[in-house]
Amino acid sequence: MTKFVKNLTQRNETYIFIVIVVLSLMIQFRSGQFFTSNNIVDQLSALIVPGLFALGAFMVIVSGGVDVSCPALASLSMYATTRILVDINYQGGIFLPIIMSLFFGAILGAINGVLIASFNLPPLIVTLGTSSVFKGIMQGVLGSVQIPVIPRGMSSFGAASLFIAKNPQTGLTSRMPVAFMALVIVLIIVYFFLQRTMYGRGLYAVGGNEISAHRAGFNVWMIKFLLYVGVGMISSLAGLIRVCMMTQAHPTNMLGMEMMVIAGVVLGGTAITGGAGSLTGCMLGTILIVAVQNSLILLGIPTFWQGLFLGLLILVGMGVSALQVTRATKVKGPMIKGAQS
Amino acid sequence: MEQNILKVTDIKKSFAGVQALKGVSLEINAGEIHCLAGENGSGKSTLIKVISGVYTPDAGQIVFGEKTYNKITPIESIRNGVQVIYQDFSIFPNLTVMENLAFNQELANKRKLVNRRRMRQIAEEAIGRIHFDVDLDAKVGSLSVASKQLVAICRALMFDAKLIIMDEPTTALTRKEVNALFKIILELKDQGIATLFVSHKLNEVFEISERFTILRNGERVITGATSELNNKKFAYYMTGREFEDGSFEPKDISKEPILEAQGLGLDGYFDDVSFRLHRGEILGITGLLGSGRTELALSLFGMRQVDSGTITIEGKQVRLKSPEIAMNHGIGYVPEDRLTEGLFLPRSIGKNIIVSELDSLSSRLGVINRTDKKKEIHRWVKELSIATPNPDNACSTLSGGNQQRVVLAKWLARDLKILILNGPTMGVDIGSKHDIHQLLKRLAEQGLGIIIISDDIPEILANCSKILIMRNGKINAMLSPEEADEQIIFQRMA
Repeated sequence: MTKFVKNLTQRNETYIFIVIVVLSLMIQFRSGQFFTSNNIVDQLSALIVPGLFALGAFMVIVSGGVDVSCPALASLSMYATTRILVDINYQGGIFLPIIMSLFFGAILGAINGVLIASFNLPPLIVTLGTSSVFKGIMQGVLGSVQIPVIPRGMSSFGAASLFIAKNPQTGLTSRMPVAFMALVIVLIIVYFFLQRTMYGRGLYAVGGNEISAHRAGFNVWMIKFLLYVGVGMISSLAGLIRVCMMTQAHPTNMLGMEMMVIAGVVLGGTAITGGAGSLTGCMLGTILIVAVQNSLILLGIPTFWQGLFLGLLILVGMGVSALQVTRATKVKGPMIKGAQS
Repeated sequence: MEQNILKVTDIKKSFAGVQALKGVSLEINAGEIHCLAGENGSGKSTLIKVISGVYTPDAGQIVFGEKTYNKITPIESIRNGVQVIYQDFSIFPNLTVMENLAFNQELANKRKLVNRRRMRQIAEEAIGRIHFDVDLDAKVGSLSVASKQLVAICRALMFDAKLIIMDEPTTALTRKEVNALFKIILELKDQGIATLFVSHKLNEVFEISERFTILRNGERVITGATSELNNKKFAYYMTGREFEDGSFEPKDISKEPILEAQGLGLDGYFDDVSFRLHRGEILGITGLLGSGRTELALSLFGMRQVDSGTITIEGKQVRLKSPEIAMNHGIGYVPEDRLTEGLFLPRSIGKNIIVSELDSLSSRLGVINRTDKKKEIHRWVKELSIATPNPDNACSTLSGGNQQRVVLAKWLARDLKILILNGPTMGVDIGSKHDIHQLLKRLAEQGLGIIIISDDIPEILANCSKILIMRNGKINAMLSPEEADEQIIFQRMA
């Protein structure tokens, strides 16, 4: 039991969880609106898109890279999907749009993957580049404009709800979108891959030491390539869900989310240097970011303060993470030195 | 006739026009401990990588028992019982001991899913073979260097290894850990497993190996029984040069000491340390790990401040509060770990050389005079014969010995009175070591006061005119090289 407690105190997840609880209580105390059924449902619903992005970002960071192209990739893919379907006057259900966007996502992700895995370019630079390229294709080649009406199959998927929560005091209602299941399913798949397959362990191994992973017999090229393909697909799915839930395609709506997503992942204790981190932490970090974004309004803090609070949160979170790294190397330092002299 | 488990013949390999291996042959018998020695760049690593399948040879054959290969993949090499333990151990610091141990086997068996129970079983079996006691759930990054190495050895043993290749396995180990490692190598021998031990440390070659092969410039110089080898022959085979073992006779010792330490003390590290250093002298300070020798050096360079005692430089009492002050008094310090403390590895050789004299090379406005800078760089590259085609290359492209010369050049470019060197030839091969020693002697003759801190006792004996032995933070003896030999020094240290 004591070992369990000790273990808990050493985990970043615990602290993030405490911060979330404290923040929720503060909001509850000030507004009385946090722990209402409809607010919780709203929060969860707002979590879907950042949550999906975070899962992708998490895997990339674990592998020792960083991907800033997710939102641009998702925007391009969702825009292409919607544009095509609108143009052919598509009347079917959600199945085809999902397949299409997964397909586009895989292709765009494969571009990242080939550049990073084959040419061994730094992921940050590659994804910064492809991010611009994706945006350029969307705005230049496809001449993106807002698509106000999307195919009915998509909008009805976005509007479909698992259940509806009603706040008895205010009478406000909130729907839990079916799309939430997408997050849950992807989360389960990612968990299974990371924890139960050699591919997933290979991702951690590559993040820990790429050369060793190669020597141990991991197919490093394949691991990296498939990673970016998979992340492209997850991001694309997030993009599509965003369109469905908004019932219109807004091309630039998601751009700029990457930093917030990465911040959430790192806040959750994922080592920015790669190789370490848990899905629990990743989700908790993202929940914290989403909660801050959506709840400051409940506290009566004007929205333009959001940026400040998020920035501070990111700095503190990154700082803690960096501190842990230096502390870890400090412990190692004298040991190696002692051995050498 | 003993049976070969591995025979490579006439291996050739070149990289971008540079011939790294020019037809090397090597035979390893079952269960033998074979030492592969050679200076940096002699082709040791390339040969290992050819055997382990990382590099494809341009010509030559690799024979395992009955099977002959012209080229071999890493997997085939492993299937034939070859395991390499690299200098960095190829471990995953972020994963548990269990995963580190089990991954190779799981991958070799093409497992797609993770089965923790099976992995634990594999790991337990692996550590059982050399009776290594470790928490399987601990992260490997939290283990000591020696334990990390044992993890790597355990992992290597799991593949019915017949030959374990260890690349410089003792570099980061303490003497005690080296002994433990040697014991394990002997145990492996009893189990019929051969070890190919790559090293350029003489005493280790003698201590553990039965046969040796020495490479030089990509060619095999000799293979033979270690019992027929001695220091002198070894150095000759390694470098192709003859070395005099002689000791250092200082010529021009100044009357007045250039540096005088009186009763120096630093809480918890050393106490009551007094000595004098004259111009033209080389003072050797030795002692075991934790004897305070390194802290003493750091105090003399202002990185640590002494709690008691006085330091006098050229008759003037000084307080060395920071390295900058020490440098202004003409003191230079070559750190133990030149890679992290002494050099800017990714920067050019030239920039590294002039970094400590930028002040004198720049105008009043802080603009650096380019011609002066170039002249200065070329002067030092020539003076210290730093082997580089171009001083604009990054420092990391140099071998250990040449890097050490850059560190020296960096200091010599300043006007120094006193040079303190901590482990000046650690990780440097024999030829460069000799050159560095010659250089230090020459510098002393030119009137520099030099302090060498080292646990390489032959080095101390051959180069110093005075030997100071520290033990538990105190000076235990002050000897001249004539009255000391290795035995005496060892006794005084322990």
